[in-house]
Amino acid sequence: MAEYALILISTILVNNFVLVKFLGLCPFMGVSRKLETAIGMGLATAFVLTLSSICSYLVNEYLLAPLGIEYLRTITFILVIAVVVQFTEMMVHKTSPMLYQVLGIFLPLITTNCAVLGVALLNVQTEHGFIESALYGFGASVGFSLVLVLFAAMRERIDAADVPDPFRGASIALITAGLMSMAFMGFAGLVKG
Amino acid sequence: MLATILAIATLAIIFGLILGFAAIRFKVEGDPIVDKIDAVLPQTQCGQCTYPGCRPYAEAIANGEAQINQCPPGGEAVIHELADLLGVDPLPLNEEHGEHTEKTVVYIDEQICIGCTLCIQACPVDAIAGAAKLMHTVIEDECTGCDLCIPVCPVDCIYVKPVTETINTWKWPLPEVNQPTLKDLLDLKHIKQEQQS
Repeated sequence: MAEYALILISTILVNNFVLVKFLGLCPFMGVSRKLETAIGMGLATAFVLTLSSICSYLVNEYLLAPLGIEYLRTITFILVIAVVVQFTEMMVHKTSPMLYQVLGIFLPLITTNCAVLGVALLNVQTEHGFIESALYGFGASVGFSLVLVLFAAMRERIDAADVPDPFRGASIALITAGLMSMAFMGFAGLVKG
Repeated sequence: MLATILAIATLAIIFGLILGFAAIRFKVEGDPIVDKIDAVLPQTQCGQCTYPGCRPYAEAIANGEAQINQCPPGGEAVIHELADLLGVDPLPLNEEHGEHTEKTVVYIDEQICIGCTLCIQACPVDAIAGAAKLMHTVIEDECTGCDLCIPVCPVDCIYVKPVTETINTWKWPLPEVNQPTLKDLLDLKHIKQEQQS
């Protein structure tokens, strides 16, 4: 039990996928202009990340490993992720049209989120079991959503702030992301203590 | 080698089947009234109704958020058709959104055009052909006459011209018939009832 809690804390705070491992930076910069869209994107990514890490674990364990074709892992995982995203989109469209409208274009765009593929590949590399894989995926998605929402809230405030001209726009956003990343590195101290 | 190909192919087929099943199982029926309204609208995608295109306007009408008289390109004809379709009284065209004019297309004076591509980006129906630093031209059959390209042109080389009728485009004019609206029919019914009693 303690091990599972450790996985969660590790992926959410200490080894945060965006700010410490620098995966999934494109949606982090692209969808963080508004708080609402950031929340929507966070929810959709959370769902897809968890499901795809479970699916890719199953595919790797019961198809790739027995046949000894692990070298096809990357391309197979991309296939799995694309299917999961497409499936999610159809399901959300049917079950909750409201959420579908809120998420809009961000839903299919998750396919190209490198954090999703990163989690699937890291699961295999660190030889996680089934529950560990699921938790790792879930933790990564919670970490991603947390950082995305925090960053979006900050950017909304920065938009209204009096920023010097040379720093306006993307540059101040990148500087903010860098400062946030430094702050998150501080969580590394949790492990030693 | 063969086993590998078979395994990946099988995986892909299974995924395909799952998605195919999901597509049928989670099929979403669009709102049929929106489709009907959308079919009546002129599809100029001009945005003069304040909605980003004809379909969003159709959705707004279906939700009761918008009036039926906000479409200048459609003019009276579209308002009457919408009124028939929705069973409401026709309204005069709302002048805030612009006046109904005859169908026009734009053309580009190619001597002046500097090839900035701004009009290509503004065109909602991709009716302008051209590339950066090459002159552009309008594909007349595709142009809907929405005039969105005119304000963005930095050298003002886009002009409006009315569509001239040719043998290929001429149609028999529709006969003018005053169709009774639902309200007229109801009034008629009341009058008959009063006469009987």
